[in-house]
Amino acid sequence: MSQVQSQRSILQDWLPRIVLAPSFAVVLLFVYGFILFTGVLSFTGSKMLPDLTTWVGLNNYARLFNHPNWSTSLANLGIFGSLYIIICSVLGLGLAILLDQKIRGEGFLRPIYLYPMALSFIVTGVAWKWFLDPGIGLEHVMQSWGWESFSFRWIKDGRFAIYTIVIAAIWQSSGFVMAMFLAGLRGVDNEIIKAAQIDGASNWMLYSRIIIPLMRPVFLSAFVVLAHLAIKSYDLVVAMTDGGPGTATWTPALFMQKFTFGRNEMGMGAASAIIMLMMIAAIIVPYLYSELKGGRRS
Amino acid sequence: MRKFLLTTAAVFGLTAMAHADEVEVLHWWTSGGEAAALNVLKKNLESQGITWKDMPVAGGGGDAAMTALRARVTAGNPPTAVQALGFDITDWAKQGVVGDLTEVATREGWDKVVPAALQNFSKYDGKWIAAPVNVHSTNWVWINKAALDAAGGKAPTSWDELVAVLDKMKANGLTPVAHGGQAWQEATIFDGVVLSLGADFYKSAFIDLDPKALDSDKMVEAFDRMAKLRSYVDDNFSGRDWNLASAMVIEGKAGMQFMGDWAKGEFLKAGKVPGKDFVCIRFPGTQGAVTFNSDQFMMFKVGDASQKAQLQMASDIESPAFQSAFNVVKGSVPARTDVPNDAFDDCGKKGMADLADASKNNLLFGSMAHGHAAPAAIKNALYDVVTKHFNGEMDSKAAAKALAEAVAAAKG
Repeated sequence: MSQVQSQRSILQDWLPRIVLAPSFAVVLLFVYGFILFTGVLSFTGSKMLPDLTTWVGLNNYARLFNHPNWSTSLANLGIFGSLYIIICSVLGLGLAILLDQKIRGEGFLRPIYLYPMALSFIVTGVAWKWFLDPGIGLEHVMQSWGWESFSFRWIKDGRFAIYTIVIAAIWQSSGFVMAMFLAGLRGVDNEIIKAAQIDGASNWMLYSRIIIPLMRPVFLSAFVVLAHLAIKSYDLVVAMTDGGPGTATWTPALFMQKFTFGRNEMGMGAASAIIMLMMIAAIIVPYLYSELKGGRRS
Repeated sequence: MRKFLLTTAAVFGLTAMAHADEVEVLHWWTSGGEAAALNVLKKNLESQGITWKDMPVAGGGGDAAMTALRARVTAGNPPTAVQALGFDITDWAKQGVVGDLTEVATREGWDKVVPAALQNFSKYDGKWIAAPVNVHSTNWVWINKAALDAAGGKAPTSWDELVAVLDKMKANGLTPVAHGGQAWQEATIFDGVVLSLGADFYKSAFIDLDPKALDSDKMVEAFDRMAKLRSYVDDNFSGRDWNLASAMVIEGKAGMQFMGDWAKGEFLKAGKVPGKDFVCIRFPGTQGAVTFNSDQFMMFKVGDASQKAQLQMASDIESPAFQSAFNVVKGSVPARTDVPNDAFDDCGKKGMADLADASKNNLLFGSMAHGHAAPAAIKNALYDVVTKHFNGEMDSKAAAKALAEAVAAAKG
């Protein structure tokens, strides 16, 4: 009897591990194994195919940081990342607060804002490319409606093209951020709000002093989601400008793809991938750390 | 790693033996006319009892196909034949994975009929590794006949005449130059502009990659000419595909397009007749010289049993009948210079004569814009500079300096 029981408990102990083992092994190999492989490649002189016989040390990194396209990519990431994260958060929060006023038709409005998230970045990119194209899009329509002097040709201008990508990305993601904030707002304890209202707090005070500070974890989650989307931004750029005009809208992910597969510079491509990994790690690791610490406390 | 690759190659080689009379062909000729042209080859092979296993990977002018090929070769299971361009062939040959066609090439005397500049790519280490299918040349200008007539009617033969014609077209209310703002299209024009400053200059700058030629007064002048051409382009050019630019010339909205001879297909498809509706000339100042790119079928190492089919395919590709049938449809010219020109239109006949002349006079050069002058890393480094300059991010002097620096960096 006791033997059967102990056998069962052994099985119960081991079953989860046995079931998880294959997927664990697959993840270990195909995610972490290949991260390691990319890291190794970034120190080799690989050109077209992986080549582990030539070691060049940090040469790929030196060439990477001397390459004008990489500087452009980093600068674009700075512009794109900061504007995208800030505007998305502000818009998302604003929309969430407005939707939280117990208005009629919320169930109808919410999906409207969320819907762009259901599209892939490729679809968003192509749609915005056409919309912003001066020859067929907004400018053309405005002029054919009689507003002859109307001009909006940012997407064709190297100085402003990156901002059109920011606009499209914000259109795509702010609804999603709104949903996150809305969930956060709904999670705020009603008791606290009531108490504040009894104390005579205005709506402004209520939000700025109590509710928004309480949503700190939501801000953090939104930041992490948006930041990693910004760093890996590739499909949107490819669909909208493919890095043009000139090289004005290159991003690190675009750089990685073009160098590895288009220019037979696998070593440099791997080096840029590792830099991107380090950027993401710089965001995710502190986040995970604070989350895990928080978890232990509760 | 290498050993692992070889073992897997051996294993896959064994499985491949089962289909002896089959060729698996990786290519990106999927659009209507191209697919029809390729079908000629497929029919030929099928009549000889060889099955054609099609593996089309469209997109990106072959980039997607090359990525697919990488995966197949790394897995040790390469296709029989792969459509490839220029230095890609050499790069693959360096990996030691390509086949050997020397047997059939010697038997059929390819050495004598294929231009030497093409052989640089079809041969590696003295062995034939690829069967050239066609020769495209990039220093063409496609002019709308009506627009040219309105601008004086004489096709320009020098830079100054070109500028005069463009000015008249502008005065007539046309967009003088139809252009699509993509790096490779700008580089295609740059091919012609640099060649117009002298064949020797083209060779020392793009083939020998001489830093002194790259950062020279002549190169500054080449960039000045690019800036001049930029002033004849409409505002909305950036990102436009080349065939849409061709359409502007076809519809008479624009005067001319600088583009390789694949553009001819667009004109023919629209029912236009060479000489009557449109005029084809070499880039002014480059008559006699030709910058080419050539599609070839690069052959991979396959098992002994499949090699028979592979050699048969190579032989069929080089047969004059196929060369003629394929290239009439594709808009290019045959890769061998002894093919009769009866089936070709006027532009095709001119292209064939120009190719034979250029080859004879050593004025046949690989196109920089299309990866036949230097490997991909250098070609793209050059793209960066040319497209930045064309989009007004730097002046001509800075561009020539940046060009020399970019090429040096990409060599490293």
